[in-house]
Amino acid sequence: MAETGSVDTIVGRGNRDGARLFREWFTELTEAAEEDRRGAYVFVMGSFCELLRVFDFPIVFPEINSLQTAVRHVAHEYLDEAEDYGYSPDICGYVKADVATQLRGGRLPMGRIPKPAVAVFTNACNTYIKWAEIWERMYGIPTFALDIPGSRTAGGQTWPGDRDFENDRRYVEAQIRELIPALEKVSGVKFDIDKLRETMGHQNTMSRGWSRVLKSNENRPSVFNALSDGTIFLGVANGFRGAPEGAQYFDDLVEEMEYKAANGIGTLTDEQYRLIFVGVPCYTIFRRFNELFTEWGGTFVNSTYLWFASGGTNLGFQYDLENPIESLAHGMLVSVRDAMDSMFFQSDILAEMVDSYHGDGIVYHPIKSCRTVSTGLADCRRKLMEDRNIFSLFVESDMMDKRVVSEAQIKNRVDAFFEGLATRRRQAAMAAE
Amino acid sequence: MTQQQVFPEWRHEPLDGVLYQCRELIEDSKFPTVQRWRANGGKVVGHFQVYFPEEIAHAAGVLPFKLRGASVEPLKADSHFGSYLCSILKTSLELVLSKHIELDMFVTHPICDAARNLAGVWGRNFSFPCQILYLPQNANSSHACEYLRGEYDRLKRCIEEIAGRSVTDDDLRNSLNVFNQNRALLRELYAIKRDTPWLLSVDEAYSLLCVGGMIPREEHNEMLRAVLPLIRERSVKRQDKIRVVFEGGFCEQPPFDLIRTIGRTCYVVDDDLLIGLRWILEDVPLDGDPLSQLAEAYLEKSSYSPVQHDLRKPKEAMLLRRVADSKADAVIVTAAKMCEPGLEEQVAYTRSLDKERVPYFVSEFEENMSSFDHLEIQLETFMENLLFD
Repeated sequence: MAETGSVDTIVGRGNRDGARLFREWFTELTEAAEEDRRGAYVFVMGSFCELLRVFDFPIVFPEINSLQTAVRHVAHEYLDEAEDYGYSPDICGYVKADVATQLRGGRLPMGRIPKPAVAVFTNACNTYIKWAEIWERMYGIPTFALDIPGSRTAGGQTWPGDRDFENDRRYVEAQIRELIPALEKVSGVKFDIDKLRETMGHQNTMSRGWSRVLKSNENRPSVFNALSDGTIFLGVANGFRGAPEGAQYFDDLVEEMEYKAANGIGTLTDEQYRLIFVGVPCYTIFRRFNELFTEWGGTFVNSTYLWFASGGTNLGFQYDLENPIESLAHGMLVSVRDAMDSMFFQSDILAEMVDSYHGDGIVYHPIKSCRTVSTGLADCRRKLMEDRNIFSLFVESDMMDKRVVSEAQIKNRVDAFFEGLATRRRQAAMAAE
Repeated sequence: MTQQQVFPEWRHEPLDGVLYQCRELIEDSKFPTVQRWRANGGKVVGHFQVYFPEEIAHAAGVLPFKLRGASVEPLKADSHFGSYLCSILKTSLELVLSKHIELDMFVTHPICDAARNLAGVWGRNFSFPCQILYLPQNANSSHACEYLRGEYDRLKRCIEEIAGRSVTDDDLRNSLNVFNQNRALLRELYAIKRDTPWLLSVDEAYSLLCVGGMIPREEHNEMLRAVLPLIRERSVKRQDKIRVVFEGGFCEQPPFDLIRTIGRTCYVVDDDLLIGLRWILEDVPLDGDPLSQLAEAYLEKSSYSPVQHDLRKPKEAMLLRRVADSKADAVIVTAAKMCEPGLEEQVAYTRSLDKERVPYFVSEFEENMSSFDHLEIQLETFMENLLFD
């Protein structure tokens, strides 16, 4: 632990250190770009950073770069450029922002990213596959699909010993074993299994920490906002996956959250409503979107975003460092599968979240850009309303494209949602009397 | 196996009568052949686009029914989905919510971000099993075939459960044989369209193809065997039309009238309409382990589409090959509205066609669109420009 003791040093440290780590990360990426060192392009759901760090690649997360253009209010410039290039307004905004980034030589508001040496992607999102094909065409680089079969049905996960699980696990392991020599070839670095053990050890710390941080928000009052603070934590969980800085960060973050819980320090001074967020944040008006809820005393205690966009790290899977490759296959299979479950089969997950986090309602935020996350949300909402009478808000916009984000309309919906929540609470109180 | 005739209407008809009956059938959103099959006690597996190993269902005596949406208003299904989604998702669900069809099992595939959600959506609404068949997305792994064999075995066990019987290797070989015959007949159908397109318009070929996803394959084979000689004997004058490849019909289907409109303006000499029915390009060997052979055929002897990632088959190179093989003069590059893979691929296709100086016409469609006049004028203008260039 870096610091102990006082409110001033501990509370807010996760946000401060997260911002610092991000600046340092982008400084390193900019240096790599300037020196024409090529990076490994990866995605948040199954980045395989544990393995890629063994080969010393600068690691680039195009999803994170793209969302930053929205947070910094320049996404429209990138989207326009990609649409001029030929991409439809109806496809993923992240892809288009990245296409424009590549056309701009990697230039972004927060620095410059190196060109890719290699792209490694899973099938957790089909758009990852199409996206990697774009780099393949632009740069002629090798791209590697790591196909990770997900659950076939709701609640239909299989586990070690089951023949279907073993079929999936063998497939994932075989692909990892095929990837390693390919990465040796691209990087010129020989594979070192002890270095892999080291990165996986750091990831064990991070996964354990991520799981504990999420759990800490079961506390009343909640100790962090899953939409605003959580996104910072998530950025570190992805960008520093398998790195010593990431492990240290999560050790510190666990300490911070547990300190806040022990001392009754909430993320809001007056927590009125505990909400679950489902979908991808509205990065175009990121701060304002959150304020629309906090102004009513609403805070997000958990989100499916913190599950799927961490690649299922929420499970806290612990690698067996004695058998690193077998365990990497096992861990990636169950973790990425869990990430997919929180998108494709999320109704039971949400019902459990509402129970364990004492949720008052669910906010569904389907977006134009992401059909992976958004397609099933309306139906999921119907199901939870019917089965559990869980109060909810369904508000559509986008994470990137301000053409389909109307703050006024969203505010109207949010205000009506809170009025409904207040009425429900009053009615419940009257019924109890 | 419940073997029965579910589509008797084409019998004893002349060629035009057969084509009319096929057209009527594929446009009938009540899917009478599926109803007849079930009325006789048959079980039905509904499989979403694009490819499904129908042989496995067939071997269990179950009717594999290709869910390809329909020209229906999604009155009930609409509230189960948000905006920004393609139509086929909604109309496919509508068919079952409105009881146009009844299924015993539903299978979707990881073809796109939207379709992967369907197992969850359907599973919340129906009591029959709804699942994802995880076709491999790393076709280049040396382990992909062995994995897919295992996945097919898992699917077989699920189908055996709904069929109430086990499936033997001989059952599977028999089905492979039936489907091999079907593939050979469809290759013939497409050869006619390619070599003598004036004998068979794109809408006629489409009708004959599409019916295959709605009736037992034995019956489809019988119909094609009867029809193919009649097409060859047709007396139709060759016209001065541009030879065109149609690309973009791999999942959601253009409305039939749109296909007919295209057929009026040009000769479509090849296309990817319902490519899943023609995915496997060669006979699947009948020796050895049938599930392994079927898995290998999926990976090694197959066509291409924007929803399969295979480094050996860059889509734009495959399109150029399709253009060259069919001696096409131009390409119609379409995508269903809100179809992410289709829209993304359009960029690669058009840039590649530009590079090779192949003329193309870009458009989007939706299965429920009903006005084609504007599109027809645009297409005619495009074709005339080519004819008089």
